[in-house]
Amino acid sequence: MSSNNIKISCQNLWKIFGPHPEKVISFCTDGLSKENIFQNTGCIVAVSDVSLEVPEGEVFVIMGLSGSGKSTLLRCINRLVEPTQGEIFIDGEPMSSLNEKKLIQVRRKKLGMVFQHFGLLPHRRVIDNVVYGLEVQGMDKAERAERALKTLDLVGLSGWEESYPDQLSGGMQQRVGLARALVIEPDILLMDEPFSALDPLIRRQMQDEFIKLQKVLGKTVIFITHDLIEALKLGKHIAVMKDGQIIQIGTPQDIVTKPADEYVADFVRDVPTGKVLQAGNIVEEPSQLATMDQEPEVVLSTMEAKAVENLFVVDSEHKLKGLVMMADVAEAVHRGATNLNGIIKADPAVTEADRPIEQLIPMAVASDIPIAVVDQQKRLLGVVSRVSLLSHIGTSEVADR
Amino acid sequence: MTFPIIPMADWVNSFVDWLMLTFSAFFDGISFVINVVLSGIESLLLWCPWWIVILAFGLLAWRVARWRVAIFVVLGFFFMGTLGVWDRAMETLALIATAVLISVAFAIPMGIWAARSNTVEKTLRPILDAMQTMPAFVYLIPAIMFFGIGKVPGVIATVIFAMPPGVRLTNLGIRQVPVDVVEAGKAFGSTSRQLLFKIQIPMAIPTIMAGVNQTIMMALSMAVIGAIIGAGGLGYEVYHGISRIDVGRGFIGGISIVIIAMILDRLTGAMGKPRRRKALAE
Repeated sequence: MSSNNIKISCQNLWKIFGPHPEKVISFCTDGLSKENIFQNTGCIVAVSDVSLEVPEGEVFVIMGLSGSGKSTLLRCINRLVEPTQGEIFIDGEPMSSLNEKKLIQVRRKKLGMVFQHFGLLPHRRVIDNVVYGLEVQGMDKAERAERALKTLDLVGLSGWEESYPDQLSGGMQQRVGLARALVIEPDILLMDEPFSALDPLIRRQMQDEFIKLQKVLGKTVIFITHDLIEALKLGKHIAVMKDGQIIQIGTPQDIVTKPADEYVADFVRDVPTGKVLQAGNIVEEPSQLATMDQEPEVVLSTMEAKAVENLFVVDSEHKLKGLVMMADVAEAVHRGATNLNGIIKADPAVTEADRPIEQLIPMAVASDIPIAVVDQQKRLLGVVSRVSLLSHIGTSEVADR
Repeated sequence: MTFPIIPMADWVNSFVDWLMLTFSAFFDGISFVINVVLSGIESLLLWCPWWIVILAFGLLAWRVARWRVAIFVVLGFFFMGTLGVWDRAMETLALIATAVLISVAFAIPMGIWAARSNTVEKTLRPILDAMQTMPAFVYLIPAIMFFGIGKVPGVIATVIFAMPPGVRLTNLGIRQVPVDVVEAGKAFGSTSRQLLFKIQIPMAIPTIMAGVNQTIMMALSMAVIGAIIGAGGLGYEVYHGISRIDVGRGFIGGISIVIIAMILDRLTGAMGKPRRRKALAE
């Protein structure tokens, strides 16, 4: 699985378009606004003091509206755009130190790129598009054809290799784009709004397939999008950009529950939190627990004291054993039993911590007993009550209360 | 009071004299090369029996375009033969072919150069404008000066007149290649040579071929003018028709030029379109 090695790191990266870009940086650091700088110098500040780190094997999403500098930032990584100041490290190696020849080598071997408008070569067949990266490396024909066919199969385009790009639908064209990037077996995928030009339905389908593919391939991905839902769905971490700056970096749950400022809050206002938030995000400490070795009498008095109708039962390792109901406990006390054996209901509603809370709704509807949240070893992490579930479902505006 | 006269004509004459003396070997060399190419093509076309030439062009048309174009080509050539100007037509064809070959050989590299450098483009633009807006007759003067009378100066004047659209459209074609495709080429580690030959030129081909097509049409329009300085061919028929007020002869020359123009236009037009197999699934 993904290790914690930092694959890509940007340090204080600036990109300014226009005459004398170096001078403009000091204006920025003096706090002049972008409009001000443009009017006075004619320079456009595209990327402004960006620092970020992308761990190996992770999908890192950079999200922002058009003009926020996200595409420029992406192009700084493979130096399609030369940064004005700052450094990018790939595997610890500074990109600016590469001469033309080495840069071409890094692009050929390490970096695959996918474009918003596909960027396919219309005069080449699908297969000839896919082999492009291998062809410029000088790989022999038979080998590159073999690898291309394998990759086309991976993206679900077997049988289309002889077609021309304009004979394919948008979704299929982008699969060709993806295959072209994957065929060089890069460590890193740079994806510049790859699904933005597709119909919503196809977009969702491509996202799902991308998630599946990424599970197998485990590439380090930088994924650009202007679509927050897409960002939340695909990203392990998300960086929100505005006016060339990064406003917030965090997990999807962080972005939704703890927006860094008004801008991000505005963005996430309409997000259906039920899809983003997970059971682990809204779990609450249970008011009280029963243990296996407790006497029914003790359990009953706890219940009465807390005024609850039921209690979760855990063993000595905090593993969830089940649930006891007040009536049953009272009956056991009456019977004179010394432990809870025999009255534990073994099948309370249980969920794992990483389940989207949306999926908890049917369970909450079926019973008014809180839902138990457990980890992989079945240890009880806490409970989700109907009230807290309801208050987090819907848009985050509701969640903010 | 009279105007002070600038002896411009004298200056130009002595400059040209100096040029001819100093670079005579150079002009002779150019003249020799053009002559070899021109007479090679011309004698081939005239040596072959007419039906072989027609058949060859018909086959070419059938290969690059549809069969309807091929039929048009065959009928057009046959018609010119029946008008009794076959040899003249072959002379014109040879002259056009030579001039276009030379034009394209210069125009495409220049167009590529202009596409890759804004400075070059800015420098070339006024020169090309001047070349195209100058009346075609003007080119006859330096051509006669350096190369005398005959077919070679005819080729030279035609080359100068016909080259600009080739340069322009090559430049345009390469500059019009979509940014994201060029970016993709770079992102996958193309060298600038690979980018040029694998992406930019192939994608610019339709536009470049439109430039070649324009070059051919411009060259044909020079055919009559070239006849004034002895370039021969169908232009001579027209020129002769004018000077003798022989309308019929002039008309035959004119209509033959139009037929050649249409044939070459269809042929090069078809070459610019990307050919491809039918879609597997449609």
